[in-house]
Amino acid sequence: MEKSQIKGFIAARVAKELKDGDVVNLGIGVPTLVPNYLPEGVHVTLQAEIGIVGSASAGDNPDPIHIVDAGGAPSGVRPGGCFIDSATSFTLIRGGHVDATVLGGLEVDQEGSLSNWLIPGKKMPGMGGAMDLLVGAKTVIVAMEHTAKGAPKILKKCRLPYTAVKCVDKIITEMGVMEVTDKGLVLTEYNPEFTVEQIQAATEAELIISPDLKPMA
Amino acid sequence: MPKFVSIEEAVKLIPDGATVMFGGFMGCGSAHKFIDALSKSGVKDLTMICNDGSMPGGPLGEDYYGVAKLIHNKQVKKLITSHVGLNPEVAQQNMQDGTLEVVLVPQGSLAEMIRAGGAGLGGVLTPTGVGTVVEESPLCLGKQTIHDKDYLLMAPLHADFAVISGYKIDKAGNVWYKGTTMNHSIVMATAADTVIAEAEQVVEVGAIAPEDVRTPGVFVDYVVEGGLY
Repeated sequence: MEKSQIKGFIAARVAKELKDGDVVNLGIGVPTLVPNYLPEGVHVTLQAEIGIVGSASAGDNPDPIHIVDAGGAPSGVRPGGCFIDSATSFTLIRGGHVDATVLGGLEVDQEGSLSNWLIPGKKMPGMGGAMDLLVGAKTVIVAMEHTAKGAPKILKKCRLPYTAVKCVDKIITEMGVMEVTDKGLVLTEYNPEFTVEQIQAATEAELIISPDLKPMA
Repeated sequence: MPKFVSIEEAVKLIPDGATVMFGGFMGCGSAHKFIDALSKSGVKDLTMICNDGSMPGGPLGEDYYGVAKLIHNKQVKKLITSHVGLNPEVAQQNMQDGTLEVVLVPQGSLAEMIRAGGAGLGGVLTPTGVGTVVEESPLCLGKQTIHDKDYLLMAPLHADFAVISGYKIDKAGNVWYKGTTMNHSIVMATAADTVIAEAEQVVEVGAIAPEDVRTPGVFVDYVVEGGLY
């Protein structure tokens, strides 16, 4: 797969996880591409940490001083949406009112723990709202490239400091779809450009191959 | 009733070493004119409580946006925040220079800790951060199990000052916020000894309908008029 196609490919597969009417919070990076791939008839309400329910593009008259997204870029609100304060925003997030969150990761492990906020001594971006989202959202989907410069990102156990433990439901990469279960990571779908052996070789955690394994679609 | 003062007078209220909450999220909702004046005041050794470290490069071409001005001028000795990834000067001053202490707190916990500080509560029990290094934070007071679920006890936050910004503030100090500018200002306005609110516009009482007031004027001590930003 061409490098330039990977992000769109992952986002398109993630979009199929979302159901009509879901309240969804999207992290930065690949997750922000997901709305571009929603199937026809599926409409979701996007929630943004900064305090938007029903966030939308900034449109023709952006107001970068007063209406921005969690990354500080101009944003907008769709008809029927609203603006809320931080405590209410995290009441939605932590209180189980967000149906799904899609986040990127530096590392994710077979127990469903995720690390994506700190590289000790090197990078300290901070957790922002990620810890609350992982704990509070009903469904947590990690959307990321399968490896980083060839090194596995899907591990037996995260080595970087955790963002949250045992919180991830599903991992979607350009190689496949993995579900987190009590027994470990179950490969349920694979990208036919790769063999199952190649996917396992790119994964540190041992994959359980689903009896219903099918091509990613 | 709040006092209406000039930005210069309000800046003089803040002494060296003060603990100050700043509303704003990546600079959105920051009290821009007040912060600009504070950044030129020479006040130092501030403990800053803010959602994030903002960023260099504002939407109107500002060199430093929002609280990033205060960080750039090295007026902050301690920063309690949830995210500093878009302001490289925070990591520089923390990890290389060793001049800035940073306490990272999950964003939702930060909002509730400030809310608790303003609401007279002794802390916040949250599942966020369980099993992570947040358990070792100086602001984490312990762990409790309630109905078989683990929670962290996070300290309430209170400050000497809160500095917020509203699009319209009436002469009774009632605040109306535009768009996403309200973010943490709603809770911060309740959690400081002295609350300074910058108005983009000062309006007559009645110009904001009572049901549209988001921060009641009773929380506000000083109003400064910054003009439209």
